[in-house]
Amino acid sequence: MADKLDMLIARIDSARINRRAFLNRTAAFGLTAAIGTSLLPGMARAEPKKGGALKMGMAGGESSNSLDPALTLSQAPYAVMALLGDRLLEVSPAGEIEYRIAESVTSSPDAKVWSFKIRQGVKFHDGSVLTADDVLKTMQRHSDEKATSGALGIMQGIESMKAEGDVFEVTLVAPNADLPFLMADRHLPIQPGGGLENPASGIMSGPYKIVVNEPGVRHTFERNPDYWDAGRGHFDTVEVLIINDLTARTSALQSGQVDMANLIDPKVAELLGRAPGISVQRTQGRGQNVFVMRCETVPFDNVDLRLALKYACNRQEMVDKVLRGFGSLGNDMPVNASYPLFDETIPQREFDIAKAAEHYKASGHDGSPIVLQVSDVAFPGALDAAQLFQESCKAAGIPLEVKREPGDGYWSEVWNKAPFCASYWGGRPTQDQMYATAYLSTADWNDTEFKNEKFDALLMQARAELDPAMRKSLYSQMSNMIRDEGGLLMPMFNDFLDAHSDKIAGWEANPNGDMMNDLAPVKVWMA
Amino acid sequence: MQAVLKLVAQRIALGLLLLLAASALIFIGTQILPGDVAQSILGQAATPQSLANLREQLGLNEPAYIRYFTWLGNALTGDLGVALSNGADIADSLGGRFYNTIFLASCAALISVPLAILLGLISVRYLGRWPDRLISTVTLATISVPEFLLGYIIMYFLAVKYRLLPSMASIYDGMSLPEQLHAISLPVIVLVLAVLGHMMRMTRAAILNVMQSAYVETAELKGLRPFTVIARHALPNAIAPVVNVVMLNLAYLVVGVVVVEVVFVYPGMGQYLVDHVAKRDVPVVQACGLVFAAVYIGMNLIADVISILANPRLRHPK
Repeated sequence: MADKLDMLIARIDSARINRRAFLNRTAAFGLTAAIGTSLLPGMARAEPKKGGALKMGMAGGESSNSLDPALTLSQAPYAVMALLGDRLLEVSPAGEIEYRIAESVTSSPDAKVWSFKIRQGVKFHDGSVLTADDVLKTMQRHSDEKATSGALGIMQGIESMKAEGDVFEVTLVAPNADLPFLMADRHLPIQPGGGLENPASGIMSGPYKIVVNEPGVRHTFERNPDYWDAGRGHFDTVEVLIINDLTARTSALQSGQVDMANLIDPKVAELLGRAPGISVQRTQGRGQNVFVMRCETVPFDNVDLRLALKYACNRQEMVDKVLRGFGSLGNDMPVNASYPLFDETIPQREFDIAKAAEHYKASGHDGSPIVLQVSDVAFPGALDAAQLFQESCKAAGIPLEVKREPGDGYWSEVWNKAPFCASYWGGRPTQDQMYATAYLSTADWNDTEFKNEKFDALLMQARAELDPAMRKSLYSQMSNMIRDEGGLLMPMFNDFLDAHSDKIAGWEANPNGDMMNDLAPVKVWMA
Repeated sequence: MQAVLKLVAQRIALGLLLLLAASALIFIGTQILPGDVAQSILGQAATPQSLANLREQLGLNEPAYIRYFTWLGNALTGDLGVALSNGADIADSLGGRFYNTIFLASCAALISVPLAILLGLISVRYLGRWPDRLISTVTLATISVPEFLLGYIIMYFLAVKYRLLPSMASIYDGMSLPEQLHAISLPVIVLVLAVLGHMMRMTRAAILNVMQSAYVETAELKGLRPFTVIARHALPNAIAPVVNVVMLNLAYLVVGVVVVEVVFVYPGMGQYLVDHVAKRDVPVVQACGLVFAAVYIGMNLIADVISILANPRLRHPK
């Protein structure tokens, strides 16, 4: 409850919702209007202050990291990109499009041709002016078949691109109402000349310039005095220190050597939050801890067996014990209330031993052990979750066997190969993207081997549909199909857990990712 | 003298041969790991298309033995190549990391070696009495506690609770020497505690062994003070085994401290190696392996030579 309030207060602060909406929503979760109003006056927040030096202790950095945005894959490089670069668009905490390098976006009525008007007067760190041509070349580099960009999948739906004057235009192969969300991908900060010559130069147009780049050790930055948006980049200098060890990270925060730390383990979050001068920030997001069954592989090609396992999963217990309450219940579909156009009326899958046993019997399974392959690299606590699952399966008479796999090579040898294994998804900004990434018949990462023509058709239909009410009902149908027929067994959505010292002000929860969707260092300030 | 030179030359030749064998072993080791570099770089985000592209780009389609010999040839001319994962020059990155590792190791060694020998001497002097027992108990206790736990305990008290010393030991260019020494004080304490026990016990045992000799009894009968007998007469003859243990521990300080590096966020070679092993970055793993192997072999070489020089029987072989 308190967290939801914090989230709403953060939203009203950033003018995403107005007073009326705030009052409505507080009433919705049981607060009286009186309490709702009494909260408002105290919320006027101090204006951002300029100056100071921010030190961040971050996990998810390695000495093999590069400054090439195409190759970023983990938290520290994402933070570096957020400091150095600027994208065409961003997704706001409320799930709306926020204009950055693109000043405005328009589309043809069929959502096939999209025009991005490029902001004028934006300068790169080397002094050159950002033009629509730089945008075009950046997108071309990421869409090159030979490129190894993490955004390659996104760019594949593009038929052609061109730059004319201050307009960058994209023509799609098929209509897609969600294209602006795709352009907000973290791999797509604009680089001079598209970064074709020197992709890892670190020269971009963001609020900070790189000073020292020692991958896996530290990255230091100084403020870009020419930055166009006064609402970002409040510190004089920023230092990103790579601290992959959890205890070292929290100790550095507690001893005041860093002001912020990411990836706080649920096991220590509560203790850390009680330490003096430290706030732990909990953000409900789209990150998912999952077990995936391959729908076309024996024995999971049997829908009754899949349902039996889904009913035999005690989700509440897993959230309480594995995530220590820092999460929410999964519902065997890859989306939750933090996605736009989500249908909240879909009933929660309950833990039901009797139904599990019934479906198991109906499946006619021969009683041989059903092997679940897990490793803690799938998600922290995966092994514990699997063992809890094994116990609840036993109660329903399902012979589940947990097989522990080495973390090294898990993504190449187990995930997307084993018939039943643990995994995670970081979530995507829209339902369309989540479904297209992992549930479309032809998707590379269709880790549940979910192949359903009707589902594919619905996805294409929703993509071309511009009426939100209609899209919502289409997405609802799709969610239900995955929930009842798919191979996804989703115990829980994990919350993002970050921590900062009380010297930091301006924190704003963002369900798109941890560390305020990487933007913490450019948005917060010294209190 | 001629004989000694010949002996040393033999040792060095043997060392180089060992180094070559080690490089081949490391290469084979990296080949049988599950997954390949491309898969590891792209992780869960890999698609068949981007995998194929990356493999092509990195030259992974060449046969393994060709890649090995190409690399070996380049390494002999000082060119360690570029890291596959981020394109950085390996010799450059490795140089800085190696300096850091040596800096930390030497600081720990400068404290731990004299301290261990001194404690060993004191133990023998007060054999079976309380100083001996105290020294043995404490050093055995610190050597038995896993380093990371020792690190966390020390960090909790000295950095978090009383805030005397920094919990992070990162050092970089532009820091003055006193600043660097201040930064690395916690890992140095942990490393000293971790290697002290081993060297102290060996010094104690080696000297005790010599203490049974007739010439020590003579020295005692001459009326020398017990500590002088131990330090002047027993220690020089116990040097060979002590040097061997000291060198093993020094080598350990260089190659075996990755856990301490992680706990104290120290940018040394161990962390650099582990990061790249996780990415199957063969050139970097090879380069690190080669340096580590060279350090180990070099340290043992020095130990051998010192033992030879310290022992007349080895110095003048029949």
